[in-house]
Amino acid sequence: MTVLADLTFSALALSAVYFLAASGLSLIYGLMDVLNFAHGLFMTLGAYAAWDLTTHLASGLGAPTIFALGVGASIIAGAVVAGLTELLLIRPLYGRPISQILVTIGLDLAAVGLLLGGFGSNSLSLPVPLWFFEATHWGALNLPNADFVALAAGIVVLVGLEWFLRRTRYGIIIRAGVENRDMVRALGVDVGRAFTLVFVLGGAMAGLAGLLNSVVFNGDLVSPLQGDGLLIFAFIVVVIGGLGSIRGSAVAALLVGVVQDFSNYYLSSHPGMAEIGNLSVVLLLAVVLEWRPRGLFGGTI
Amino acid sequence: MRGRALGITLGAALVALLALVPLIGLHVPWVLPGTVDVVNATGTLEVLALCFIFAGVALGYDVLFGYTGLLSLGPVTFFGTGVYVFDIALSRWGWPLASALGLTVAVTLVLALVLGAISLRVGGIAFAMVTLAFAQAFYYLVEDNPHNLTGGDTGLALSSTRLPALLSGAVSNTRSLYWLALVYLVLAAAVVRVVTTSATGHVLVAVRENEQRVEVLGLRPFGFKLAAFTLSSLVAAGGGVVYILLIGTAVPSAVASTTLTLSILVMVVLGGPGSAWGPVAGAFAYVYLQQYLLKVAAEPSFASLPAVARVPLSQPQFLLGAIFVLFVLFVPGGFAGAVARARARLASRRPAAPPPRGDA
Repeated sequence: MTVLADLTFSALALSAVYFLAASGLSLIYGLMDVLNFAHGLFMTLGAYAAWDLTTHLASGLGAPTIFALGVGASIIAGAVVAGLTELLLIRPLYGRPISQILVTIGLDLAAVGLLLGGFGSNSLSLPVPLWFFEATHWGALNLPNADFVALAAGIVVLVGLEWFLRRTRYGIIIRAGVENRDMVRALGVDVGRAFTLVFVLGGAMAGLAGLLNSVVFNGDLVSPLQGDGLLIFAFIVVVIGGLGSIRGSAVAALLVGVVQDFSNYYLSSHPGMAEIGNLSVVLLLAVVLEWRPRGLFGGTI
Repeated sequence: MRGRALGITLGAALVALLALVPLIGLHVPWVLPGTVDVVNATGTLEVLALCFIFAGVALGYDVLFGYTGLLSLGPVTFFGTGVYVFDIALSRWGWPLASALGLTVAVTLVLALVLGAISLRVGGIAFAMVTLAFAQAFYYLVEDNPHNLTGGDTGLALSSTRLPALLSGAVSNTRSLYWLALVYLVLAAAVVRVVTTSATGHVLVAVRENEQRVEVLGLRPFGFKLAAFTLSSLVAAGGGVVYILLIGTAVPSAVASTTLTLSILVMVVLGGPGSAWGPVAGAFAYVYLQQYLLKVAAEPSFASLPAVARVPLSQPQFLLGAIFVLFVLFVPGGFAGAVARARARLASRRPAAPPPRGDA
């Protein structure tokens, strides 16, 4: 029973990171039809920005403050780079969806190449407060603190995003744009600004996801290719949830996290099945597509 | 028609010239990608053979991407299948060459039909993502080294005991492997040319332009898409077989990674999707430049450059990615598109012909 509870908890934490990575991707696709390959780059840059800032700060500030500043750095780095990407690379290619995908692929290749050249291909260690690696005991349960942080971040972003999309002017424009972009434009609304905004939002969430991915699942390490690895799972979550749907992303992230974590725990010790967690996620994707080709929540936001 | 005859003559002349390269011992400074500045040095021949292999794979990929309009992110699944099935049959099981080849074709065919049937249930972007997911699953599978078959990250060396002496990986055989790679490219180009100029090829283009209209005409687009998927997979697997013969070791990061998928896509887009020679030119430019940049970065004088210049220049991935971005932004249609525009400008004798409309 305790194993089951521990597992469920770590699966929830994993789901939270997937959600952070996938929701921005889904919004960008839903509004703009852009499959953003640079999303993995935004995640990686978020983690590197946090590393760069936290390793250069005086240790007198105290570990929690330094880490909080690192979180801020990851969010800002993701948002700024994503905003610039939209303005400089995506904007000139409006109306050419394939070219937009290609340009994000080129950006990802080039920037990851630059990271490999500048920081080397080895992982770097992020200064993280020791508290993250301790566990909270609840009766017989042992719940890692890092998982709490990931889960809390996921819930805060989900609630915040739902509020933003339903209660604010720009949120409503974004939702309307996902529904029918041309109609929104015909009503005289500047959709271009919403495009940039969606990229900035998605980039901010991606930066945070990259940092959390390092802290929660990679034992505080950052590496140039981590975002691209996470991106594949974010893509799977987006397709399972239905392109453009935030709630779909949330439900699919839960599903993928649980399937991956449970199959990993129960099956990966068998010979030749060390990667079963990752493989079962792909299998899940195939099953969902056979059953509902448009994803679980395809067509709603 | 005169244009097509001219194209075929030019292509044949180029192939004849390339076939003679291993016999030319000319000394050429600077431009060669190998460490020895001689045209038929082993290093140069190996890089050219790699160009041939990826040119063939890019042509096959373009049947799906350029002609049928399906953005697949999974060509490595089949390139890797070619590499691994052939390698495992020869090196782990000690099968004879012909049986190993037969098995490779059979496995590729079945895998292409199954994965194609599943992923073609969705279209557009979802198709791209699903093929990517399958490619990633394939990567995990070979990296995992199930039943000690694939060798995992340490790689699986090709055992030469069952190979004819000419093809065994010894350095003295680079010449025959070079010719084999050239034969592969010519075959791939011929098959792709025949299919894309046939009635089936026209249906593929029609599917790209307007799938519903094809349906209204009483044809089933699914079957045509699956055929394009399978053909492109078989060509990719063939490239994988030649690759493992040439390189001699299968490593997941080199033959099954997303990076390789993206490289193939970059080659096709640089050269010009949907054109007879564009993907070939793109693959040559990509592979040659990549190897050449690696050579330049390894030179001793390079280390004395300031870090601002040295770091970006030592990363072919950065330079190629940046070139790719510039091409997507400013050269729609790649090399082939640029040539077509130049010819249109010449023909109309107007100073500036309007660029072709539509997407890359």
